[in-house]
Amino acid sequence: MQKIYIFKRFERFWHWSQALLIMVMGVTGFEIHGTYALFGFEQASNIHTTAAWALIVLWVFAIFWHFTTGEWKQYVPTSEKLVAMTQYYITGVFSGAPHPYRQTTVRKHNPLQRIAYLFVKLIINPLIWVSGLLYLYYTSWDAWGLTMLTLGGVALVHTAAAFLMLIFFIVHIYFATMGVTPTSHIKAMITGYEEVEE
Amino acid sequence: MMFRTFSGPVTKHCRLFAIGVMTAVVSVLAGQPSAAEQVAAATPMLALGSTADHSQFEALNKDFKTGPEVTAACLSCHNQAAKQLHKTTHWTWAFENELTDQTLGKKNVVNNFCVATATNWPRCTSCHIGYGWKNDKFDFSSEKSVDCLVCHDTTGTYKKYPAGAGHPAYKDKTFPPNDPKGKMFKAVNLGKVARNVGTPSRKNCGACHFYGGGGNGVKHGDLDSTLGMPDKALDVHMDKDGLNFNCQDCHTTGSHEVSGSRYVTKAVDTSGIDVPGRGDKSRATCESCHGMTPHPESANVKLNEHTDKVACPTCHVPEFARGGRKTKTYWDWSKAGQKGEGGQKIVKDKDGYDIHHIKKGLFEWQANVVPTYRWFDGEIRYSLLQDKIDPSGVVPINSIGGSYDEPGSRIWPFKVMRGQQPYDKKNLVLGVPHLFGKDENAFWGGGKFDWNKALAAGLAARGIEYSGEYGFVDSEYYWPITHMVAPKDKALECDQCHARDGRLAGLDGFYMPGRDTYPLLDTIGWLLAALSLAGVLGHGALRIVTQGKRD
Repeated sequence: MQKIYIFKRFERFWHWSQALLIMVMGVTGFEIHGTYALFGFEQASNIHTTAAWALIVLWVFAIFWHFTTGEWKQYVPTSEKLVAMTQYYITGVFSGAPHPYRQTTVRKHNPLQRIAYLFVKLIINPLIWVSGLLYLYYTSWDAWGLTMLTLGGVALVHTAAAFLMLIFFIVHIYFATMGVTPTSHIKAMITGYEEVEE
Repeated sequence: MMFRTFSGPVTKHCRLFAIGVMTAVVSVLAGQPSAAEQVAAATPMLALGSTADHSQFEALNKDFKTGPEVTAACLSCHNQAAKQLHKTTHWTWAFENELTDQTLGKKNVVNNFCVATATNWPRCTSCHIGYGWKNDKFDFSSEKSVDCLVCHDTTGTYKKYPAGAGHPAYKDKTFPPNDPKGKMFKAVNLGKVARNVGTPSRKNCGACHFYGGGGNGVKHGDLDSTLGMPDKALDVHMDKDGLNFNCQDCHTTGSHEVSGSRYVTKAVDTSGIDVPGRGDKSRATCESCHGMTPHPESANVKLNEHTDKVACPTCHVPEFARGGRKTKTYWDWSKAGQKGEGGQKIVKDKDGYDIHHIKKGLFEWQANVVPTYRWFDGEIRYSLLQDKIDPSGVVPINSIGGSYDEPGSRIWPFKVMRGQQPYDKKNLVLGVPHLFGKDENAFWGGGKFDWNKALAAGLAARGIEYSGEYGFVDSEYYWPITHMVAPKDKALECDQCHARDGRLAGLDGFYMPGRDTYPLLDTIGWLLAALSLAGVLGHGALRIVTQGKRD
C-alpha cells in the first residue's frame, strides 16, 4: 500500500461544506415540500434559503478553483476502463478481483465517477439552481418578462431535481465505501491522502 | 410568530428594548424630553378640537321635544349639513355599484338575516340616520328628518328606540312595548345631548354597525360591541390604551360621505400610501397607510412578497368574533313559527344566545371563527329580487368575484353566513317576508306566523306577485373581514396555510408550496430513491457475505 495526495485542502473543505449544506437543504426542502413537519415552514424555508446562498457562494469559489487549477479536466468523460469498472462493481468486487483503476493526482476519479459527477454538475445542479432561484424570486417574474412560467412548473422541476440529488446522495455515500478498503475513500476525503495499490 | 427571522425574535426585541432604555436614560440625564413626552406635548395641538362650544349656543339652550326639532336647530348654523347627508348611503339606503351595475343598499338587497327591509320599516329604520321612515311614504327630501345626534352624541345617552322608525324614546318605554320584562328605553334629554355634540366615536358608529342583523355581533363577525373599548389583542388600531382609532380615522369622511363601503370592497389598493395630492382620499384600505410593502426590512422578505396575492387581513385577522361576543353563522327561517322541542318559545345555549326563537327559527353562533378564504377581486354581485334563483343548490346572496388568474385578485378572509330562507316556489324568486307590525299580514303580528300572508304582503311591497307557494332554500352570504386586526405576534404563521390541510386547502387553480404536490412525481421520486437504497444495501450485503470467500 502506498499513500498519495489526492484531495487538496480547498477541495476537502468544498466537499464537506457542500455535503453539509446539501443535507440541510434536503431536510428543509422536503419539509417545504410538505413531506413532514420538523422546523416549521417558516424556519425551514429560512434555513433552506440561507443554505442556498451559502452554497452559491461556495460554488462561485469552487468553479473559480476548478478553472484556475485546471481541475475541471478531472470530469471529462473517458471510455478507458469504463467497462472494466462496471464489471468490477457488478462481479469483481464480490470475487475479490483487484480494483481495476489506479488513482493518481491527475486522474482522481475512475470513469464511472467522472460520468456521475459530470451528471451532477451539468444536469442536477443547473436544474436545481435555476429552478431554485426562479422559485425564490417568483414575484419578480413579471418584471423579468418571464410570464410563461408557472410556480407549479418551476416547483415540479425543482422537486424532480431534488429527487435526483437524493438518489445521487444515497449512491454516493455507498460508493464512498468502495475504495481499496471500505474506509480508504472516506479517509482520503478527510486527510487528502488515498491508499492505493502499489 | 409571523415576524420571526433566522436570527430569532428575542435577541432583536431585547436589542431594541435595550436601545430604547439607553436612549431614555440618556435623554433624562441630558434634561431633554423623551420621545414619548415630545409626542404628548405635541398631541393637544394636533388633536381635532372643535372651535365651537355647543353648550354656549342660544339655539341649543332650550328643551327639545323631538329629534327633528333638534335638527332644525343644528341646521340653523350648519345649513349645508342635511343637503350633504341626503346624498349619502346612510340616508338613501340605496347604492349604485358601478362595477356590477346593480342597485344595492338596504332598501334593495335581500339577505339571509331578517331578509329584507320592505314592509318592516319602523323596526329596520331604527338604524336609519333619519326620523320617521315608517313606510314607503317617507320624504327623503326633508332636511329636518336627518338625525344629527345618533352620530354626534357624546353623552352616550342618545339611543334610537328599536321600533321607533329612527326616533329615540321621548318618554320612558320598554321594548317590546308594554312588556314589563322588556328593555327600558329612558326618555332622552335632547337638549343635553344637543349641547354636547362632537365628533363621532366608535360607539356612535357602533350603535348601528355593531348591532346589524338585529343584535350585537349578529351580522359582520368582525364588528360587535367589544370594539367599543377594545384592548390591543382585539384590535391593534382601536386599542383603547394605544392608538385608540375612531372609525373615521380609516373610514375618512368628507361632506358627511364616509369612505370604505363593503359593497365595493377594494381588494387591492395599489396606489399605496395616501398623501395629499396623491391617492383616493380614503384611508379605508390597509394599504392607504401601510403601502404594498408593509413589513419592515427586519422581517422575513417573503412577507412583503405575499402582498400581491394575499390581502392583509388574511394573515392579520386570524379569527373574527374574538372579543368575547359570538356572531351568528346560521339562521334557519323554516323553523320560525314553531316552538322548541320542550315547547319553549325561546331556547338559549349555555352562554345565553338564542338558538331557537319562535319568531325567527333556528340559529347557530360562533366565537373565534376561522374565516373562509376566497380569491377576491372586489366584485360582489348580489342575487337581487328580480333574479331567478336555482333552488336545487345553495343560493348565493352575493357572489365573490376573482380567481388566482384574474389580476387584482387576492386571497381574502370572509365570514360566510348560511341559512334557510323562504322563496317563491313557482316564480323562483327569493321571498320578502312582512315580519314586523300589528296588521293581519305581519308574520310576527296579526299574521300569526302565516308565511303565505307574510310573503304576499312583502313581495307586493316590492312590486312582485307571489304565486302562493313557498319553500325554503339554502343560502350563503359572504362578508369580507377587515376589522379585529390582531397584534403581529398573533398573525398567521406560514404553516397555517403552507401545509397539506392548512387554511387554504379549499382554494384551487394555483400551486402553493407545502400544500401541493405532484403525486406522480413524488411516487416516482420516492420509489427510485427507495430502489437506490435497496440496491446499495443489497450490494453492500453481498460484499459482506462474499468477504470470507475472498480472504
